[in-house]
Amino acid sequence: MVSKKTKIINEQGLHMRPAMEFAQEMAKFQCDVNLKFNGSDFNGKSVINIMAGAMKCGSEIEVQCDGADEEAALAKALEMIESGFGE
Amino acid sequence: MVRGINASAGIGIGTVAIVGDQQVAYTPFQPEDPAAEVKRFENALSEFSAKTFAMAEELRKKAGEKEAEILMGHAVLISDPALTEEIKKKINAGMCAEAALEAVLDMFIDMFGATGDELTQQRVTDLKDIKTGMLKTLLHIEDLDLSNLKPDTILVAHDLTPSMTATLNKEHVVGIVTEEGGKTSHSAILARSMEIPAVLSVRGIVSELHNGDQIIVDGIEGAVLIRPSDSQVIAYRKKREAYLEEKRALGKFVGKETRTDDGKRFELFCNIGTSAETAKVLEYDGEGVGLFRTEFLFMDRTQVPSEEEQFEAYRQAAEGMRGRPVIIRTLDIGGDKEIPYLGLEKEENPFLGYRAIRFCLKRKDLFRAQLRALLRASAFGDIRIMLPLVTCVEEVREAKALLADVESTLEQDGIQYKKNVPVGVMIETPAAALIADLLAEEADFFSIGTNDLTQYTMAVDRGNAKVSYLYSAYNPAVLRSIRHIIKTAKEKHIPVGMCGEAASDPHLIPLLIAFGLDEFSVSPAAVLQTRKIIAAWDSKKASEAAQHALELKTEREVAEYLESLY
Repeated sequence: MVSKKTKIINEQGLHMRPAMEFAQEMAKFQCDVNLKFNGSDFNGKSVINIMAGAMKCGSEIEVQCDGADEEAALAKALEMIESGFGE
Repeated sequence: MVRGINASAGIGIGTVAIVGDQQVAYTPFQPEDPAAEVKRFENALSEFSAKTFAMAEELRKKAGEKEAEILMGHAVLISDPALTEEIKKKINAGMCAEAALEAVLDMFIDMFGATGDELTQQRVTDLKDIKTGMLKTLLHIEDLDLSNLKPDTILVAHDLTPSMTATLNKEHVVGIVTEEGGKTSHSAILARSMEIPAVLSVRGIVSELHNGDQIIVDGIEGAVLIRPSDSQVIAYRKKREAYLEEKRALGKFVGKETRTDDGKRFELFCNIGTSAETAKVLEYDGEGVGLFRTEFLFMDRTQVPSEEEQFEAYRQAAEGMRGRPVIIRTLDIGGDKEIPYLGLEKEENPFLGYRAIRFCLKRKDLFRAQLRALLRASAFGDIRIMLPLVTCVEEVREAKALLADVESTLEQDGIQYKKNVPVGVMIETPAAALIADLLAEEADFFSIGTNDLTQYTMAVDRGNAKVSYLYSAYNPAVLRSIRHIIKTAKEKHIPVGMCGEAASDPHLIPLLIAFGLDEFSVSPAAVLQTRKIIAAWDSKKASEAAQHALELKTEREVAEYLESLY
């Protein structure tokens, strides 16, 4: 498993649109994607799970990828989060 | 007349069509063949998704991209593997598709509701809409068809869902009334984007009305008139015409810079009392926040709001304004406002007493927490701090020293904040006006508070009917004071704004243009009107008007002269 801590920087946090984009991108990878936030786990391939996390702007989260293509998945996840989902 | 929330402006006069809640009752059963039941669920899922995408397309044409996204989101959400896998698991364990769907969605509805995050909580409406939509698909219940409504229909419903809105013919709907929803609910957003007048949260309205009833929806005031008289209909037709006329005229100023006819540029900000109001500022095209009154954070509660709570509010305001300036006034409270937990005593002369900056400098514990929250929030946008009721240089120095001290504690704690956050002074006392040159050396900007400035300059309590005639910014003393403050700020090269009622007074605008005010701060609803008035003035004409007005000797002469300019 690979993992890295990062911060949500887009204004509205991981609301519906970014959550949708993120989950759709992550679904392309084989590995499991988990978002650790406030001590809870949220399935990074599930929009509804990500939304239930209510991760706001400024939230520290940890992205964990586990599986065959974990390196690529983690890189993509961080790129999306750190670019603020183009907002 | 019944009252509700004015969620979408405009006047609608028409005939009631009640949109009843559809019954989606079913009797749970244990499927004999779980595999076939899973198949039934999957079929319903693809039918629902296809239908939802088609509706989103419709809504895109009717209301715009943002609203269509809500429905696209429904289709994506219901196809989420986390949901579908869980539902299938329950079906395989012996539940029918309806019950499995309901159980899983209810779980997420509870989860979203418990986050304490407003944006996520609003999504509960979406999950409920999805649940109803999926149940209807499973039970083969037809959607309500709102495409064949007669002209001049006023929709009355318990709540308006995005899926209902997608089918309605907006040319024929002239008003919306619901029992649920607030200004930021889907119903409100959809009504506004379709420009249909709406009054929401009218309790019990559905049972009070019948199909075919005549009603008037006043989305400006938030009122509903049931079975109005002829004279009421005539009066409201006039009101509707006036509203539409004004809207057309103001519409031209959306997205425009605030400039005089000859191109002189001004900033046009808004006054707000809560961070949620920043949405309104953007909606009405305000260019920033010129006054965020922090008193509301302290009112109607039993203890001081924590630094954390304040930080959240200021951060939300900063973020809500998307990098545009947010001028936040530190606690302006005193003997005239009852806040039991602050232990303020009743005073003989509350307006001359222990209040605002005077109170804050004595209660450094409170002031420190507020400054710390403000500095922390400064990392999230363009926050500027403003001190109220300043009367001497020492107050500004003491406040700034405290701010510097708070900065060093943030530094020690390794907490992010923006360095050199501008600190401004409200000029609202004759003392501050007279030493404007001295204060300008300490302050990064001025903001003229005309309500208090008028009251203190004229030594008049505007609540006292016997003397309230003196309360007018048209008094030569007040006008001279305003002119002096602005002139001094110019000489000292610091920006000067105005956040009192005078800033949006059409009669004073030419004078403020002539004096060289940099920033007007008005209520969000007054933004376009103010921009329009500024645009109608030429700076040379404004200077002539100002010169003449300042030569007049009485309040009456000034008022009459300014009146004659329009």
